[in-house]
Amino acid sequence: MTDIQKYALVATSLLFSLVAPFLLPQFATQLTMLWLMVIFALTWDTLGGQMGYNSFGNILFFGIGAYGCAVIQRDMGLDYFSGLAVGLAFAAVLSAIVAIVLGVGMLGLRGHYFAIGTLGLGIAAGEIAGGWDYVGAGSGMVPPLYPTEMAGRELFFYFLMFALALVTFLVLRTLYATKFGLALNAIRDDEDKAEAMGLRTTQIKSLAWAVSALFLGVGGGVAGNLLGFIDPRDVAFAGATFGVWMVLMAILGGKGTLWGPVIGAVVFHITQELFWTYLLGWQRVALGLLIVAIVIFFPNGILGTLRERFPEWFGEKVEERR
Amino acid sequence: MLENLQLLFDYPALGADLIANGLMIGAIFALAAFGMALVWGVLGIINIAQGELVMLGGFVALTAAGLGVPPLMTIPLAALVLFMIGWGLYRLVIFRVVDRDLFVSLLATFGLSIILQQLSNEVFGADVRTLETGLGTLILFDSQIVLAEIKLVSFVTALVVGLALWAFLKRARLGQAIRATSQNARAARILGIDTDRVYAATYALNAALCGAAGSLVVMAWTIHPYIGLPYTVRSFLVVIVAGLGNIAAVIAAGLGLGALENVAGFVLGAEYQIAFVFSLMVIILVVRNLLLRRKREYLK
Repeated sequence: MTDIQKYALVATSLLFSLVAPFLLPQFATQLTMLWLMVIFALTWDTLGGQMGYNSFGNILFFGIGAYGCAVIQRDMGLDYFSGLAVGLAFAAVLSAIVAIVLGVGMLGLRGHYFAIGTLGLGIAAGEIAGGWDYVGAGSGMVPPLYPTEMAGRELFFYFLMFALALVTFLVLRTLYATKFGLALNAIRDDEDKAEAMGLRTTQIKSLAWAVSALFLGVGGGVAGNLLGFIDPRDVAFAGATFGVWMVLMAILGGKGTLWGPVIGAVVFHITQELFWTYLLGWQRVALGLLIVAIVIFFPNGILGTLRERFPEWFGEKVEERR
Repeated sequence: MLENLQLLFDYPALGADLIANGLMIGAIFALAAFGMALVWGVLGIINIAQGELVMLGGFVALTAAGLGVPPLMTIPLAALVLFMIGWGLYRLVIFRVVDRDLFVSLLATFGLSIILQQLSNEVFGADVRTLETGLGTLILFDSQIVLAEIKLVSFVTALVVGLALWAFLKRARLGQAIRATSQNARAARILGIDTDRVYAATYALNAALCGAAGSLVVMAWTIHPYIGLPYTVRSFLVVIVAGLGNIAAVIAAGLGLGALENVAGFVLGAEYQIAFVFSLMVIILVVRNLLLRRKREYLK
């Protein structure tokens, strides 16, 4: 593909994203969830793909964001929109701070240990939220309702989530293009060497996790309001659904690439919606099968496979061999 | 929480009761942890589906008891059935990930755990179930310690299985092949050991151990399709504390975890018991890593 074709493709999808909720109003909520999935995959890939730290517990920050935002909305006594704005800002800051604090200990772990340690964090958070009365314990929290006199609830959340996904993408794109992005890749390739070369690996790792947590936190705040109910184990810290999906989507699209997670999220979300309608109760079995199949047979993902087949699309020069 | 702690100080016998019961439960954790240590040491895979194998063992025991098998006989039966399931899982999935990087094996077993979880949800239903053994309770020391006899059974079973496993690995032909493969798979292949069969046997053995643990769980406690992950984490916790290849240490760590968890469950409240297990794992991982870091030996 030439650059022009690529830009045309991006422009068309952007345009479609802008008009989609008007064209398909009955799917507006599903489309909003699609952008949430894009945020999930993108933020997971910052550590999992670019830095080589496979986190199974990034859902932690989503939950913290959802609860943080809802608590602010409940306790500050502001009107809906300013409450939401303050809540989202709080969710962002809180998630990022938690990431930095946890990062001190957690990001020293490597490989298996980081993966299982983060898995433990995500589940522990869900269990704690499920027993903590301040956030509604097991019965969860209900964020304030969108004012009834205002129309366009679906559109509002659609564009909010869309804007968030867009900002996440652009920030990560810029970040990966800087020295910071190179440092992340260096850590992935050989952390000891990167450290020996003078990179401040601890700070870099914490910062990367904080960036990813920040966007996840805001996403959690918006999602909590969109869904209208925050359950500790099935929404906020839903390790078995959202938590697994984010890993799966990033791998499906191609981890360690910029566009991979986006493509993976779109493909997965559409497939998943199909499963939900036709598989009646067996969707989660299918989800498990999908994970095993993708991981074993398709670990490079869509973009990775395309890159192997058509390297010239990715700007790599291919020499003809005689 | 504080009043519970106060209660413990005022009535030490209560603490003794909690610890005694915890030790008995811990024996079951040790049983599942033997298997995890085996698979980890030999195949180099951390089996996230460990807890699901325990859960399946429980459901096999329940089904068998429903068909008229006496409850205690379900322990070897569950082990046998799970041995076959484990062999099947190896032939279907696990052998594909043995030599792949850790991320693949971790996620593949994670996917496997979701499949097993959801399948048993469809087949057995999501209810919390238990198996009535008909055994009584022991009342010791002026009724200060109350122990269900089935917990004693599980304690003894874990010790016996541990001993048998040790003897098997030390003496039996297959046990020696397993140890050889774990030391150096390539050398073992050169010396004529069919490592693929060894891997299959190891994974199946692991599943059998989990099956026995599961049948004990369903008799001493309760079981439901989503109970798996805490058992995976407990086995993992026991193994990282005890290390690979030391059966006595695994038993000690399992018993310790059981006692600690039972006391913590009482002090913090039962709703935080699972949270405690998961947080304990995170804390132990981080602390261990910080200690090793001083010598530049990371957990790898």
